[in-house]
Amino acid sequence: MYIGLGILIILVLYLIAQYNGFIILKTRIHEALSGIDVQLKRRADLIPNLVETVKGYAKHEKEVFTQVTKARTALMNAGSLEEKARANDMLINALKSLFAVAEAYPQLQASENFRDLQRQLEDTEDKVAYSRQFYNTNVLDFNTKVEMFPTNLIANIFGFKKFDFFIANEKEREKVELKF
Amino acid sequence: MSPYSLISKNKNKTLFIMLVFVIIFTGFFYLIGKYFNAGNSYLIMGLIISTLSTVGSYFYSDKIVLLTTGAKPANRKKHYDFYTTAENLSIASGLPMPKLYVINSPSMNAFATGRDPKHAVICVTTGLLEKLDRSDIEGVIAHELAHIKNYDILLSSIIAVLVGSIVIISDWFLRSFYWRSNSNNRGRNPVLGVLVILALIITPVLATLIQLAISRKREYLADASGVLITRNPNGLADALEKISQHSKLDNISPAVSHLFISNPLNSNKKNANWFLNLFSTHPPIEERIKILKSM
Repeated sequence: MYIGLGILIILVLYLIAQYNGFIILKTRIHEALSGIDVQLKRRADLIPNLVETVKGYAKHEKEVFTQVTKARTALMNAGSLEEKARANDMLINALKSLFAVAEAYPQLQASENFRDLQRQLEDTEDKVAYSRQFYNTNVLDFNTKVEMFPTNLIANIFGFKKFDFFIANEKEREKVELKF
Repeated sequence: MSPYSLISKNKNKTLFIMLVFVIIFTGFFYLIGKYFNAGNSYLIMGLIISTLSTVGSYFYSDKIVLLTTGAKPANRKKHYDFYTTAENLSIASGLPMPKLYVINSPSMNAFATGRDPKHAVICVTTGLLEKLDRSDIEGVIAHELAHIKNYDILLSSIIAVLVGSIVIISDWFLRSFYWRSNSNNRGRNPVLGVLVILALIITPVLATLIQLAISRKREYLADASGVLITRNPNGLADALEKISQHSKLDNISPAVSHLFISNPLNSNKKNANWFLNLFSTHPPIEERIKILKSM
């Protein structure tokens, strides 16, 4: 009888510990997700300024500006993770063409303001990438726990589901390395 | 080993070393007191001093270490690469942003100190920032962040301060001992005199051994977990290769040398103080680079 009771107590304690483990990881994932949002917002805030600066030197490149602005709006309105990832890729491509256009304007390249913005944008892009990496690491931990035995049984009992990874296009990190 | 058991191991070791320090220090004082026929008052004095210095070193080790190395706070504009890589890698590893310091020196070296991730400091030399490119700097910072995450900084900073105080005190006693034995040595117990000399020799050796026991493996570990953050073993390998050419720093106390990523003491030159030569806490850089290149 006592042995049975002892086993039961150990089982309950194990269950509690594992449940809390899931909750801790889940909290970390949500924290990581809001970390990504902070960085995405920081970058979105830089863009109007950048567009204005480039406009000052290259007024007639209208197409690029609308492209960037559209991508920015899409990113700001994106709700789900998948939408965010897609809008993020879109913005990266739009910015790429913006910087390509800027290449043709030496005066713009020489402008202190433009260089500073470019540097800040690079930095936030790095930060987006790193916060995404932190998010994905935590998701990996959580998903492994959901799938592995015996924690998968506990995940089943409490209905913990796997999280989606934040998948970005592989070129992103490369592109960030803008050389002066 | 999971990172969490690593952390608790470091915390337990710290507590253990603090206790050992208090016991050795108090015993040492007691022996000295015995020699001067005042064992008990020396015992109490030793207990008070050692307890105060252990507790003090827990809270202020980072400040003491920064003070002895002459580091100054870093500036976001001036040390842009240092600042932004530290920000980025903190984000990637989910750690709070550490305080950043620089040592004004053309040499290349770096260390981390503090008692936990919330009270952590990363310090690099200005030479390192000038001579390494961004991905190398990232490798170095990630290595230091790994030390912070594993609570290596707690253990090694406390050891730095405690070993530092043992060095100072044994030096001090050695001097007063010479001085006294020259002037007046009648009526003293010669056996106790031998014991005192033994204690004087054993304490620094013990201190050194503690230091040796703790720091070699953790360098390899920090290299590996740093790479987990940057996903780029070549950055750190490159950085280590460059740093090892030029890592000697002037005016660095041997007691803090184990904190650095690469030994800041000149290993070719014999130290004035004999036991300081025993402080070779760093694994060979070539070995570390080899491991990194094979990742």
